[in-house]
Amino acid sequence: MGLIIASALLIGLTSLAVLVWTLSSGQYDDLDGDAQRILLDDDLIERPK
Amino acid sequence: MAALNLSRANVSAKSATDGKSFEIAVKGARCANCIAKIERGVSALEGVEQARLNLSTGKLTVLGHDMAPQRILGRIQDLGYEAQLFDAQDVLGAEEVEGRLLLRCLAVSGFATVFVMGLTDAIWYGGDLSASVRTQFFWLAGAVAIPASFYAGQPFFRSAWQSLRARRTNMDVPISLALLLSLGLSVYQTAQSGMHTYFDAAVMLVFLLLIGRYLDFRLRDRARGAARHLLALQTLLVRRLGADGEVQTVAAREIAPHDRLLLATGDRVPVNGTIEDRDTELDLSLVTGESLPQSMAKDARVPAGAIVTGAAITLRATAGVENSLVADLARLLEAGQQARSSYVRLADRAARIYVPLVFSLSFLACAGWLIAGAPIAQAVTNAITVLIITCPCALGLAVPAVQIVATGRLFNQGVFVKSGDALERLSEIDMVVFDKTGTLTVGAPVLRNAGELLPGVLEQAARLARTSRHPLAVALAHAAGTGPVEAGVRETAGAGLESGEAGNRKRLGSAAWCGADGADYQLWYRDGHGAPVGFRFEDSIRPDTAQLVRDLRRRGLRVEMLSGDNAQVVAAIAAQAGISNWFAGVGPQYKAQRLQSLREQGHRVLMVGDGINDAAALAVAHVSLAPGSATDISQRASDMVLRGNALAPILEALDVSQRARRLVLQNFALAIAYNVTAIPMAALGMVTPLIAAATMAGSSLLVTLNALRLSTGRRKTPWA
Repeated sequence: MGLIIASALLIGLTSLAVLVWTLSSGQYDDLDGDAQRILLDDDLIERPK
Repeated sequence: MAALNLSRANVSAKSATDGKSFEIAVKGARCANCIAKIERGVSALEGVEQARLNLSTGKLTVLGHDMAPQRILGRIQDLGYEAQLFDAQDVLGAEEVEGRLLLRCLAVSGFATVFVMGLTDAIWYGGDLSASVRTQFFWLAGAVAIPASFYAGQPFFRSAWQSLRARRTNMDVPISLALLLSLGLSVYQTAQSGMHTYFDAAVMLVFLLLIGRYLDFRLRDRARGAARHLLALQTLLVRRLGADGEVQTVAAREIAPHDRLLLATGDRVPVNGTIEDRDTELDLSLVTGESLPQSMAKDARVPAGAIVTGAAITLRATAGVENSLVADLARLLEAGQQARSSYVRLADRAARIYVPLVFSLSFLACAGWLIAGAPIAQAVTNAITVLIITCPCALGLAVPAVQIVATGRLFNQGVFVKSGDALERLSEIDMVVFDKTGTLTVGAPVLRNAGELLPGVLEQAARLARTSRHPLAVALAHAAGTGPVEAGVRETAGAGLESGEAGNRKRLGSAAWCGADGADYQLWYRDGHGAPVGFRFEDSIRPDTAQLVRDLRRRGLRVEMLSGDNAQVVAAIAAQAGISNWFAGVGPQYKAQRLQSLREQGHRVLMVGDGINDAAALAVAHVSLAPGSATDISQRASDMVLRGNALAPILEALDVSQRARRLVLQNFALAIAYNVTAIPMAALGMVTPLIAAATMAGSSLLVTLNALRLSTGRRKTPWA
């Protein structure tokens, strides 16, 4: 049982950490823009190395 | 990954005010195509390393070395978008930080809620757990719940502390207290190997309240930045004539009195000044509300904010930017917004009654148990239970839930509401004040005497007019419809258009240009040596204006019109619109003063306006609204912006605001009814943590569902 609780805690904390990371890396800063950008097909060439 | 790296760069751009990065406000970008066009266009410029457009905020961040801001602005304008330079400071505003903190708190409390609930549910439903296992579970729940509550409760603790320091109480005071006490009580109970811990209730409380708080933040977030944007208007670049005759490009804020400035056709006058070299025409609509361009002679005084529509001029500045109209307006705007911030929101009014009531009840419960001879521990426990169970979770959700549904509904109907309390304020109005130009009227000249013209003349003149961007030429071309264009048309700024050689010359333009005289007509056309033909233009009223005014009246609202235009024009428009109270020749400061005096008379006014000259009045009004065609600054200063130019959605907004108010009050009633039943149970010591958690979630759900009725309700006919 201890194992189950520990793994529940671990999984929860990991997903929390990932969520906080996505937040601080600005992935929610421009939701409208990101929705449109998926339509651009030349971004692979555009992106700087 | 490139995208990510750049958003990091966005964040760090705050420190990079050394010319390596700056921000440009881009207006008009809507789709993937716009993004690609702008980013590619700007990146191709020399010195630019990266350009990234944020579609949500309309900010273009440009990174690079030795860039010329003017060239970038020019490039964006060439692509067909409006662009304005932001000051490099203030890139990451306090609001952005606040939003991220709220989201992080929400994430932490959400995780803790799920985890702690899982543990405590196991205890309550798990059958025969031994006392030692149960205590271990409680300690584990506490180990997660306590740090999570302290972290995610920050917004409440901070706000409660601030209000206590100011010797006031708000809703966050009982929230913070209930949080701390429930955690403390739970630790005590666990240490005693007791059953009654509230770890789950504590984290759930934080989670539910944070949802309300975040919704509220999202609404407020859009309302900010009015004054800052006005300052962006001042970062215009101007061409200054140096003493040696050399032209330098400087920021407008560097202009000193007696500087000589070169203004081309289409430039905005940055500071008050006098015209030095020649007669020209200026569009004063932003300053006076007058819709037709005015001719101004040499040595005439020109107010800041006017746009040169005639010949290019040299202007001698008589004031610096800090004394210009725009700066005056920025100050008025700020003052107006401060006046409005004294508005007490419904939720805060409720808190003023609620908070002392809850504390005294809790105190009474404690005293009652002590008098009845209970041990201190039990009396205190029951008193704390009262505090926990009355914690205004449903109250915290009652208002934001309704407001977010109402604003969502209005958005679909073409009204963009920028703050939640704007809806509250809108539901209280008893008077509507309109600006004339661009609000009740189209705001552009319309040909009025087409019926008096000889057949064919309009089309002949339009062939010349179609080549020009002058407002009158555009209006003429519009009246004539699409058609061919005369070959070889030359434009003389400030005079008119001309085609052909001497002998069969056709001219379209001012009276002097066509050799005519007469003040009744603003534009003349002359074919060779024939008699000149005059065209008369007037601003025209919007088609739905009169109906709107009638409907507002029918609801018992007073209607008034304020305009900077001259009395004759204003009277004519007022008659067409059916407005009997009107003021003409009202400058921007006086508009704001009029609104102020109406406020002092006890009126609650909805101001509807669109020009720079309305911005201050919009900020002073109890609540304000700008049509979609309004200037940027007016849209920023007002609480609501219409998507289109039709004014009818105002009625819809009024309706929704009143329904929203009713729903808010209903929600308060629901929350209070819940408390009325829960408090006696808690005071009598009959509430277990399970009941507390269930009722808390239940009442929040009830309030949210009630709010959703606003979105499902049938659209009422506006004046039913």
